[in-house]
Amino acid sequence: MKKEKNKETNTNSNSPHITPPLAGGARSSSSSKRWSQAIAFTIFKLMSYSVVAILILILGFIITKGIGAISWDFLTKAPEEGMTKGGIYPAIIGTLYLVLGSSLFSFPIGIMSGIYMNEYATGNKIATFIRIMTNNLSGVPSVVFGLFGMALFVNTMGFGDSILAGSLTLGLLSLPLVIRTTEESLKAIDFSYREGSLALGATKLQTIQKVVLPMAFPNIITGLILSIGRVSGETAPILFTVAAYFLPKLPTSIFDQVMALPYHLYVISTSGTDIEASRGIAYGTALVLIFIVLLVNILATLLRNYFSNKVKTN
Amino acid sequence: MNNKENVQHESNSVPLQGYSGLTINATNVDYYYSDFHALKNINLEVEQNKVVAFIGPSGCGKSTFLRIMNRMNDLIDGTRLTGSVLIEGEDIYSPNVRVDELRKKVGMVFQKPNPFPKSIFENVAYGLRVNGIKDNTFIEERVVESIKSAALWDEVKDKMKKSAFALSGGQQQRLCIARALAISPKVLLMDEPASALDPISTSKIEELIYELKKDYTIVIVTHNMQQASRVSDKTAYFYLGELIEFDETIKIFTNPTNISTQNYITGRFG
Repeated sequence: MKKEKNKETNTNSNSPHITPPLAGGARSSSSSKRWSQAIAFTIFKLMSYSVVAILILILGFIITKGIGAISWDFLTKAPEEGMTKGGIYPAIIGTLYLVLGSSLFSFPIGIMSGIYMNEYATGNKIATFIRIMTNNLSGVPSVVFGLFGMALFVNTMGFGDSILAGSLTLGLLSLPLVIRTTEESLKAIDFSYREGSLALGATKLQTIQKVVLPMAFPNIITGLILSIGRVSGETAPILFTVAAYFLPKLPTSIFDQVMALPYHLYVISTSGTDIEASRGIAYGTALVLIFIVLLVNILATLLRNYFSNKVKTN
Repeated sequence: MNNKENVQHESNSVPLQGYSGLTINATNVDYYYSDFHALKNINLEVEQNKVVAFIGPSGCGKSTFLRIMNRMNDLIDGTRLTGSVLIEGEDIYSPNVRVDELRKKVGMVFQKPNPFPKSIFENVAYGLRVNGIKDNTFIEERVVESIKSAALWDEVKDKMKKSAFALSGGQQQRLCIARALAISPKVLLMDEPASALDPISTSKIEELIYELKKDYTIVIVTHNMQQASRVSDKTAYFYLGELIEFDETIKIFTNPTNISTQNYITGRFG
């Protein structure tokens, strides 16, 4: 037995085409293996394609229904005649203000918390505690944020229904996302870069500023922009804190109410003056909203690619 | 010519210039990672402008001891040191030592080349910039000088603005050496600097170590016995956290006193 095996190895090493000793006996089992491989692969492929199909379906639906409503006037005029005609300009502007406002609040706090947790408080109990709390915060339903925002910002702090109150509420909502993104982006930077910097006499702060953050920047910015996409589509948090049912003029201060796209969509689909007549406008609004979110996502991808190319040579 | 003199003058005014290594004295050093007793009563002296190689099986404490000398191990939570480590007579673990100042004097090259994702020029300039040097002519001069010292100049002189990531592994490692040299350390710690490199790059690094010895005190951790015997003046053999034998390299490799050392260098275990 042993002798035969030896012989086989010998012939193998002499022949130009080396056949693995298993090949003969294992053929039948390997063909059934190949089948199960093929089936699994096909199922995985179909599932991932179906995700694309669903997205295309939604987009196609909204585009075909909404494209008719889109016009220059629609984008630049206020709603008219009980929101059955006219445009959605104040809602677009309102949404932009809310995105800007919430970003001003959540980006600095979120990024700095993320830096603290990954760079300073690594492995200690406080960081773990903050991390658990952050995760819990991201699990809070958005309508609860709305309620909380109303209680704290609108009533207790006396901001009233305002851009300020709405921005802060949306900011709270996106905070966990910003923190997690920052933390994960920083975590992805190999520790050897930090060591390399510290070994040259750089302080920890210099290391973070000059090495770690620039490297993590492409990923952080992607996360930030995705959080913008999330914020711009939220309805519940602005419901009780800022959104106006109908307000055909633009805000003049951060204590004014504004219209916002998601809420406008909700209003004219459920409680407008004439729901049937506003249907076209509703789809048009949805199209604009989806377009903004899509644009933001594309921007995120482009910026990430741009910065990750740039960071290598700078 | 005039320009060069000018720079020379300027560089003298910055407390970086003026090479010559420093002595290192470790006395009764015990080191702990939380409960783990990683180094046991180490006594060792590294003389000025000498190359000392640390050898020993993985986990023997040689890298730990290397990283004690620039306090890189401070980055790990729960580490504790007793005994004293003096560099040129100064206790580097005394509470009033500024760690970033220490690391300027004691440069380090790591096992895996770790250039920053910046240009070749900016990689070498980094150490100068973070140490507050703003004079661009000086920085430029110093960068070129350091890259030349690291025997890399001919290969990169035309692409100083290119990303350091475009270099080969061996070139990256020499860039990291240049980066360390730029801030004029007195001591150079090398943690298996050639273990991730091919034989040709390795021999370049070894030649470089031989050259650098004139200006720096060098401590190198290596798993490669031939390398230790080629580059070092003295060799320290660590085993299970203890310094088993420390002597002239020629003695360690031809006539070691300790049987454990002999077994290790002859490849009988480890």
